[in-house]
Amino acid sequence: MSDARNSILTRLRATRDAHPPTPPASDFAPIEAKQWAAEERLPRIRRLMEAVHTEFLDATKADWPQVLREFLAREGVGSLLYAPGTEAGKQLVEGGERGPIPTLIPYDRPLEDLKPQLFETIEAGLTTTRGAIAETGSLILWPTAEEPRTLSLIPHIHIALLRTDALYDTFLQAMREQGWAQAMPTNALLVSGPSKTADIEQTLAYGVHGPKRLVVLVIHQ
Amino acid sequence: MDGNAPDFAAASRAALADPQLRGNFRRAMDGLMTKRAAQFPDAGEWHGVRALAAAVRLRALSKLPELLETLEENCTRNGITVHWAATTEEANAIALDILHKANAKLVVKGKSMVTEEMHLNAVLEKDGIEVLESDLGEYIVQLDGTMPAHIIMPAIHLNTKQIAHLFKRKIKDAESREDAAYLTDLARRVLRAKFQAADVGMSGVNAAVAETGTLCLIENEGNGRMCTTVPPVHIAFMGLEKVVEKLEDVPPVISLLPRSATGQPITTYVNMISGPRKDGEKDGPREVHLVILDNGRSSIYADPELRDTLRCIRCGACMNHCPVYTKVGGHAYEAPYPGPIGKILVPQIEGLEKRGAMPHACTMCNACVEICPVKIPIVEIMGRLRVEAVKPGGAVKDGGAKASRKESMVWSGWAAMNASPTAYRLATMAMSRLGNAAPSSLPMLKEWTNVRTKPRFAGRTLHDLARAKGIPDV
Amino acid sequence: MSTIPKPHRVYYFGTCLVDLFFPDAGMAGIELLQSQGLTVVFPQGQSCCGQPAYNSGYRADALKVARAQLDLFPGDDPIVVPSGSCAGMMKKHWPDLFRGEPDEAKAVQVAGRVWELTQFLVHVLDVRLTDQGEPVRVTWHASCHAQREMGVVEEPKALLRQLANVELVELKREKECCGFGGTFAVRHPEISAAMVGDKVADIEDTGAARVVSGDCGCLLNIGGALEAGAKAAHGQHIAQFLKERIHGR
Ligand code: SF4
Repeated sequence: MSDARNSILTRLRATRDAHPPTPPASDFAPIEAKQWAAEERLPRIRRLMEAVHTEFLDATKADWPQVLREFLAREGVGSLLYAPGTEAGKQLVEGGERGPIPTLIPYDRPLEDLKPQLFETIEAGLTTTRGAIAETGSLILWPTAEEPRTLSLIPHIHIALLRTDALYDTFLQAMREQGWAQAMPTNALLVSGPSKTADIEQTLAYGVHGPKRLVVLVIHQ
Repeated sequence: MDGNAPDFAAASRAALADPQLRGNFRRAMDGLMTKRAAQFPDAGEWHGVRALAAAVRLRALSKLPELLETLEENCTRNGITVHWAATTEEANAIALDILHKANAKLVVKGKSMVTEEMHLNAVLEKDGIEVLESDLGEYIVQLDGTMPAHIIMPAIHLNTKQIAHLFKRKIKDAESREDAAYLTDLARRVLRAKFQAADVGMSGVNAAVAETGTLCLIENEGNGRMCTTVPPVHIAFMGLEKVVEKLEDVPPVISLLPRSATGQPITTYVNMISGPRKDGEKDGPREVHLVILDNGRSSIYADPELRDTLRCIRCGACMNHCPVYTKVGGHAYEAPYPGPIGKILVPQIEGLEKRGAMPHACTMCNACVEICPVKIPIVEIMGRLRVEAVKPGGAVKDGGAKASRKESMVWSGWAAMNASPTAYRLATMAMSRLGNAAPSSLPMLKEWTNVRTKPRFAGRTLHDLARAKGIPDV
Repeated sequence: MSTIPKPHRVYYFGTCLVDLFFPDAGMAGIELLQSQGLTVVFPQGQSCCGQPAYNSGYRADALKVARAQLDLFPGDDPIVVPSGSCAGMMKKHWPDLFRGEPDEAKAVQVAGRVWELTQFLVHVLDVRLTDQGEPVRVTWHASCHAQREMGVVEEPKALLRQLANVELVELKREKECCGFGGTFAVRHPEISAAMVGDKVADIEDTGAARVVSGDCGCLLNIGGALEAGAKAAHGQHIAQFLKERIHGR
């Protein structure tokens, strides 16, 4: 179909050059102006995300595996999929003895070999985040070879670790400061709550295809 | 009107006669307008971000051929296979070819308006491939065997009761429960099995970033992520106008789209895809294809005024605010894109012979223009299409298809009367004296007086009164 | 909004609908301006702004009619129009209509002097109205073109609120089109009827005795529907309503 390609591009070029448009300058100031004081960001993120049924847990760098295990026990969650190659994955396993133990399932093979379990039995998935955005109340997810993207998609509960030293004002600020344009991963995501829909008569319902619950485990620095 | 041209007037009559439908739309649109307004409490912020989003789209259009080449180059470098289609037939052929090579039996789809344009589902079904819409609204509409009634909320025309009935009829073991949570969970169970089994996932594209070769998709449900992550092959479809230059151009668009569309600050997911599964990665499709469709867009692009149509980011807000759409709903248009954007886009894609009536289904109230997040002069384009419809040989497909000698004579008569003070004086004098005797059965008056009294001529015109009162003439 | 110093003299462009159907409203507008000490000039050669043909796709016919108006307003005096829609046509669309024509500069100059009546009363004349009328409840219908082409939103309501005995109850969907739309009303009579039906229902909800508006297309539509439905409320042009109030009728 390279015929189509050339004819489309030739046509676009010829007609554009016949009437060259002069677009106005792109002034990003209205977005750059959106700023919150450092101490306001987390409460704002929390408020916005809680408004769409996100749950929050507070922990420290040292005790989060414990807090997580207690949560899972409290909620009766029997199985947790995690990324064994990440720092967080290692910390989770090491923190093993100190609490009730759900079944920890390492995501250590290709999706194809894990599909039935992922869709049918695994209850929760644990991921890290690359920060969060105050304007909209959104987590930045940056899946990697160690931490696959389906961890945050298929299990009914998605648990996300959020460090309080990576909070940004806006999406724009986050992508600039983290230099996204230089190195986009296979998949990058903003996640602002559990899966939801309003397709049935504008009535909000949670958990339509993705996770039914999103739990943000805040690691206070 | 030719045989296969959709008859908007007839379809809208049917819609208007359905009180259930009218109630559903009135309620839904009132709610959406209120929710949108609540997202823009600060007029300064709205004007600033809107100007930026419009500038981003205009800049992309000003470099469209170059950006499409850069997009292709960067996608290819990222491992995405790029295909070009001049027509919907070509796009369907490309899709079938990929599906055949993948030996696909089951396709799951996320929302894609371009594939509606292509009537892709019908093509796949004819080929014996099972295709399942997975956006809940699209799924409902597919089960119902109809078309989306709205580009963002496909099943907005149905209420919970109607959907409960539909599910009961179509889904095995469904209980008859008019409860959105139950119905949603039911759809989750059905569709999760399909996501797991699907050979190919399909999606649209909200914005394609030339700079990085990234496809951005926004959604609330997670079905888009499922379609683009779980099956071994992902095919994304985009209209050629969907490209933006830089990654930084995405935030302004994302900032306005969900707020305008559904009154939410952001969608649950912003999904940015920059390639298939890399070596060592454990999930994601092994193949990603991008199909770039023209289907008349390059013709729209050729005209500097009509080009603005291509700024659209498909938020659907113009529908929510359109008083005509609110009355008749989406199906009356019998087109993939209803409402204001449909009234300007569809006639340009499908031609004025078939769609010449669409630009007239508008009171030119400008409600859409006021809220369009990328400042498309929708009503000006509407006016231009009205001109093209009666002017043979213009810029739009089938220009002049609606030209009528009778109508043009009426207008030249009207112009002759209004362009000459003497003729105007005589004509208004005659109308003032005799006009009230016109029977209500006259064409036009008949339509008017269905629900209104006849306009009453005043007997003496303002010209007469001003003269009588000695109001100076110069 | 930007304003101009109060002039001594203004032109009045009455519009064709006012001319034929609401001449009293047209005169009321003239008298309101006169009551502020202005000389009002009504060029007898005027007819129509050209909008009907313009919006129907017959631009050449619209141009012919618009052009016939151009020489009626020599000089710099403002041109006041008792209709947001016709004012919008002149101010916003004449420059487009005349683009590339030999008289483009003149059309642009004339367009730049056009004011919608209530806008002029508020921003240029800063009128103070003294209500002499009986207590009454009214509602305001905002015409689409007045709002969205001329930016007239608060002005008419501000004028109504100056009237001590007038209770203004706003419509639930004030900004929504009444369904007139020029030829739309006869091209799509059923949709137009549904639209004006919703409007009438909203008017009834306010319990107002009158629905006041600044545009005669809307008034023909809404007023006609109120009358056909034998509703309690009736429609009136704002110029006439204001004039009656300050004269104690
Ligand atoms: S025309 Fe504007 S309001 Fe309508 S869908 Fe497109 S971007 Fe949204």
